[in-house]
Amino acid sequence: MPVAVAIAMLVVGSVAFHLFSPWWRTPIASNWGSIDSALDVTLWICGAAFVGLNLFLAWALVKYRHRPGHRAHYEPENPSLERRLTFWTAIGIAGMLAPGLAAWGKYVSVPKEATVIEAVGQQWQWSFRYPGPDGVLGAAGVKYITPDNGLGLDPLDPFGRDDILVESGDLHLPVGKPVKIVLRSKDVLHDFYVPEFRAKMDLVPGIVTYFWLTPTKTGTFDILCAELCGTGHHAMRGKVVVETPQAFAQWQAQQSSFGQILAEAPPAAMSILLIKANACIVPASWSIR
Amino acid sequence: MATTLADDLRPLHHPHSWVTKYVWSQDHKVIAIQYSCTAIGIGLVALVLSALMRLQLGFPGAFPAIQPDNYLQFVSMHGMIMVVYLLTALLLGGFGNYLIPLMIGARDMVFPFVNMLSFWFYLLSVIVLVAGFFVPGGPTGAGWTLYPPQAISEGTPGHQWGIVTMLVSLAIFVAAFTMGGLNYVTTVLQARTRGMTLMRMPLSVWGIFTASVMGLLAFPALFVAAIMMLFDHLAGTSFFMPTMQSMGAITPTQGGSPLLFQHLFWFFGHPEVYIVALPAFGIVSDLISVHARRNIFGYRMMVWAIVIIGALSFLVWAHHMYVSGMNPYFGFFFATSTLIIAIPTAIKVYNWLLTLWRGDIHLRVPMLFAIAFIFTFIHGGLSGLFLGNVSVDVPLSDTFFVVAHFHMVMGVSPVLVIFGAIYHWYPKIFGRMWNETLGKLHFWITFLGVYAIFLPMHYLGILGVPRRYYALGETAFIPQSVHLANAWISIAALVVFCAQGLFFFNMIWSLFRGPRADPNPWGAASLEWLTPDTPPAHGNWGPHLPVVYRWAYDYSVPGAARDFIPQTEPQVEQRA
Amino acid sequence: MTILARLTEKSWEPGPQPVERDRPSAGAVGMVAYFGVAMVMFSLLLAAYLMRMGLHAGTEHVHDWKPMPDPPLLWINTLVLAASSVAWEVARRERAVRAAIVGSALGVLFLGGQLLLWRHYQGAGYTLSSNPANAFFYLLTALHGLHIIGGLFAAGRALAAANMRNVALCALYWHFLLIVWLVLAALLLST
Repeated sequence: MPVAVAIAMLVVGSVAFHLFSPWWRTPIASNWGSIDSALDVTLWICGAAFVGLNLFLAWALVKYRHRPGHRAHYEPENPSLERRLTFWTAIGIAGMLAPGLAAWGKYVSVPKEATVIEAVGQQWQWSFRYPGPDGVLGAAGVKYITPDNGLGLDPLDPFGRDDILVESGDLHLPVGKPVKIVLRSKDVLHDFYVPEFRAKMDLVPGIVTYFWLTPTKTGTFDILCAELCGTGHHAMRGKVVVETPQAFAQWQAQQSSFGQILAEAPPAAMSILLIKANACIVPASWSIR
Repeated sequence: MATTLADDLRPLHHPHSWVTKYVWSQDHKVIAIQYSCTAIGIGLVALVLSALMRLQLGFPGAFPAIQPDNYLQFVSMHGMIMVVYLLTALLLGGFGNYLIPLMIGARDMVFPFVNMLSFWFYLLSVIVLVAGFFVPGGPTGAGWTLYPPQAISEGTPGHQWGIVTMLVSLAIFVAAFTMGGLNYVTTVLQARTRGMTLMRMPLSVWGIFTASVMGLLAFPALFVAAIMMLFDHLAGTSFFMPTMQSMGAITPTQGGSPLLFQHLFWFFGHPEVYIVALPAFGIVSDLISVHARRNIFGYRMMVWAIVIIGALSFLVWAHHMYVSGMNPYFGFFFATSTLIIAIPTAIKVYNWLLTLWRGDIHLRVPMLFAIAFIFTFIHGGLSGLFLGNVSVDVPLSDTFFVVAHFHMVMGVSPVLVIFGAIYHWYPKIFGRMWNETLGKLHFWITFLGVYAIFLPMHYLGILGVPRRYYALGETAFIPQSVHLANAWISIAALVVFCAQGLFFFNMIWSLFRGPRADPNPWGAASLEWLTPDTPPAHGNWGPHLPVVYRWAYDYSVPGAARDFIPQTEPQVEQRA
Repeated sequence: MTILARLTEKSWEPGPQPVERDRPSAGAVGMVAYFGVAMVMFSLLLAAYLMRMGLHAGTEHVHDWKPMPDPPLLWINTLVLAASSVAWEVARRERAVRAAIVGSALGVLFLGGQLLLWRHYQGAGYTLSSNPANAFFYLLTALHGLHIIGGLFAAGRALAAANMRNVALCALYWHFLLIVWLVLAALLLST
């Protein structure tokens, strides 16, 4: 008997906890409302099942508790009941799967007009790269990394020269514009995670991963790492500033491009940089480019 | 070597001395106890680690001895020990070994020597695992998932030696499990007594059998992944290691695929969840049926559901990798297969509830644990649907929601079943009865305590609090109340931690001082309660093997004198 | 009774009188179960092999997969293992201990041949860590070789006890390892 009461109380308590919990989703700041709605649908269906099944459990415990002279009912199976239960379960499952898959369908198809922005992870900080006026990110790879070329851009790739580099600074995004965030890691796995954006994706060394979003709210948000990456995992923080397109353009104009960084680099650093590049690619003369 | 048919003439390995009887024993019951004690022993280590983790999370900064490296090491070792060395070993090596021969009417496992070897390999794997605490740099801190490249590169605690002991230990464990698993599977297929058809086996045997088959097919993935990572680490190959920067220099490795490891790991890792869950499903079915004095409802459906879940669980592994950077289109397939697996699982829940419905429910301690299991399993199973439903997983993955979910579904739930099962079979195993008051006290603190721990964690996860964080630090979206929640969770965890002392005290004290137990105290119909001796003697069955005439669930049969009919009682022809 | 009929039995209804059925030996059942384990293990390695090989498409991946040459020794070893399997089959059918000894000896010869093959590759600069293709080759052959060693051990025990039933099991085990080797060799030759 006490256990039946306890179960009923836990159900009531869980619902109350849900209603009054101070912890719920952060206010959304991106276009991924469809993910939130898929979560809501899942929550409603699962919540109903949770309440219904457990109250049934508590009720059965009370109603059929042992009393002298009482005997259980013998009934090996009831195929029609089991079939009906299977059917309704399948309906419930389909009901939550449909919005889930629909949202995923949007998640995996990046709109054509999305601007490409790169986030680079390393133990334990974030850096960013914008494609610059040509709209194309230059080739890059871990093998090109030198002290003056922290993001490992290919110095021989003309598309990379106008790329804007933000090393250990904030990520700025214009509000209302879709962005495809491509992700690259210099060392181990990381995960680009901004709770308010809902979206996240792992950074995998050796390959380039991506996801997309449209920021819908201006403000400053924390970037966290959501894939264990070593001792400093919890301290791998960054900030993303979502601002109006005008403010964004203003900010971008103040950043320096890869070409400018190359121009300012001392000759010794320059040669290291080129040796790195030449070591991996058929030698090409710098002046031709 | 013995002949292999399970007949009365089968020669057994008869022990002659104390050492061959209790140490180098080939008796499945002794091996089961050896397995269980080792598993519970190492499980206690993992329990202490979890308490240390909670101290750090609940009261950050109050324990300067716990540094980020230590914290990650606690997380990793806690996870791996609990999943593999405690739950798998206890449910299959412990309960599987003890129950299979007794429940199917065999004298022992079909390969007793291999069975013994299985335990000693397991013990060796545990010793190697524990050695990880004493090597330079300490145990690995790469998470129980051991993802490369971080598992074997700079910046991760234990990347030099700790990871080696971990991988070697896992490889040895897989060998031990394979020896045990072959035994369980072959014994079930081969050594059932006369009349014990497949569909007359108790669901415990079905759960353990299916889990063993799955283990045999899933553990090779962990084995090859461990060997390949050892090669990468010790021989400089590039199976998993890409070109990367480490300590400011470019590594000589190139072209390896971290995702390849993740696929191999989860090809093992997801079935592993069910390797733990299915024996628990089976055992809890039997507890519910016995203590509700009612046949398990829809027995055939229960068996089919176990088999279907087992088969489907090999098709869902990549739902752990929705945001891993694999081809995103896989998400559609794996979300669908994952949610389909919820249907047979839901049927099992319905049938447990329907077994209680119109039953005659005796709320003894094992039954209380079984009921608590139903509650926590419903909770954990439903929260799993959030994570399986691909796009909903995106915001929730790697947050505390995941931690709450898997602890509820494969931590708390199987552990509650294990407690229930120990209380249930203890009188048979040791011939003594435990103390009921202590048992109930243990139940209430454990059940309410774990819910107090894991319910709030779901909400922290929905808020976005990430997992495997040593400290949350200054984060704009995390309000002060989260730190209060963490302190609350830690206190609840410490209470539950201490309450386990009641269990151990009860078990050990009853071993010597408990009253002598009735051979069949619960009035159960299955074979293990019908042994001539309690505890069962070597060879289990005296001069003649039992003959089975009916299924294991003839409870409250109309017209029968008692409310259960043992499996060995001949059928009266033409039952009404 | 078919497996389907067994799994749909309504076991709460009175069944036929229990009888002792004829069953395959536990050794045979256990070994077939082990074939499942080994098959999964080798299949996963093959899948990993193909996945790792196909990775060139990734952006940062250089063409690091360099296939290994196929020396004649590979063919000779394959023939030796096939001959060993034939000898075991003779031992199984004719219950001939001598054929089993020949089969075991050929097994040892195969292992020796594999060692020579390793040294040949080592000498030619195809070391373990120089290329993933090599790493897979050494890993696969080592695991296969360990299975042969295990088989030789079991064969030794069966022969020492003159247990013809176990000799028959050894023969089946040898065939299984031959099939695994043929698949591995085909993979190594075709890539």
